[in-house]
Amino acid sequence: MSIWEYANPVKFIRTTDKVLPYISVGAAVALVGGLIWGFFFTPDDFRQGSTVKIIYIHVPAALMAINAWFMMLVASLIWLIRRHHVSALAAKAAAPVGVTMTLIALFTGALWGQPMWGTWWAWDPRLTSFLILFLFYLGYMALWAAIEDSDAAADLTSVLCIVGSVFAVLSRYAVNFWNQGLHQGASLSLDKETNVDDVFYQPLLLSIAGFVLLFLALVLLRTRTEIRARRIKALLARERIFD
Amino acid sequence: MPDLGKYAETVLSSYAISLVLLAGLVCLSIWQGAKARRQLTQIEERRKSDG
Repeated sequence: MSIWEYANPVKFIRTTDKVLPYISVGAAVALVGGLIWGFFFTPDDFRQGSTVKIIYIHVPAALMAINAWFMMLVASLIWLIRRHHVSALAAKAAAPVGVTMTLIALFTGALWGQPMWGTWWAWDPRLTSFLILFLFYLGYMALWAAIEDSDAAADLTSVLCIVGSVFAVLSRYAVNFWNQGLHQGASLSLDKETNVDDVFYQPLLLSIAGFVLLFLALVLLRTRTEIRARRIKALLARERIFD
Repeated sequence: MPDLGKYAETVLSSYAISLVLLAGLVCLSIWQGAKARRQLTQIEERRKSDG
């Protein structure tokens, strides 16, 4: 069996009919579990106080904001190379989820930054590249909405997605590239010395798993909606021709 | 409820904004999905009955 079988819309809908309930339940359990564990059952940080509890939302949301764009990039490349409609529609479906994650990361970052840095916002490399990524998300969705022909829209948004990937990479590695600004380096590391303490790490991992599963569930759900919307459009167009 | 001290407002508003945005996205996605499914069923049934 080849992965390209799932590029068939009927096969995609049939398969996701079966897996979507499990992914949704998994997302709900991991997300609620991670947030309750983090919020109610972890101590304050000795320096940041109770604001450390924002980590259970801010880090997973920021992670998904960047990874959503990479998922869109892969789907866009598949569209450009193999012309599978489902992949273009999956990229389109992921954008509203990605922009919501970006917005959450920006909001929670500003709220966290105010008491810790003394400012809501700074033109720091990571913050600035994240803001530009947010604008790319808006531009990507606007471009899909602005073009009537769905294949042309898929082509142009795929190109925009490739260009925007530069800022997705910068959002992740800006701290390493410039080594300046207010934002700290990665919270998660394989190096025990630089990684967050286990007491924060374990609920954070569960929360990240929740955000990943939620993203997956929403993208599958929204891709199914896009497939159906495309079918509706095609049927209505056919009716107009024969009427 | 844990004692959030002087940062209670900051922490609670972070959670509130995030949960509202996530809940809004989930509700919107489910509503749009149900609407598309309903519309498609109607059109396909109409096409069947029209022959």
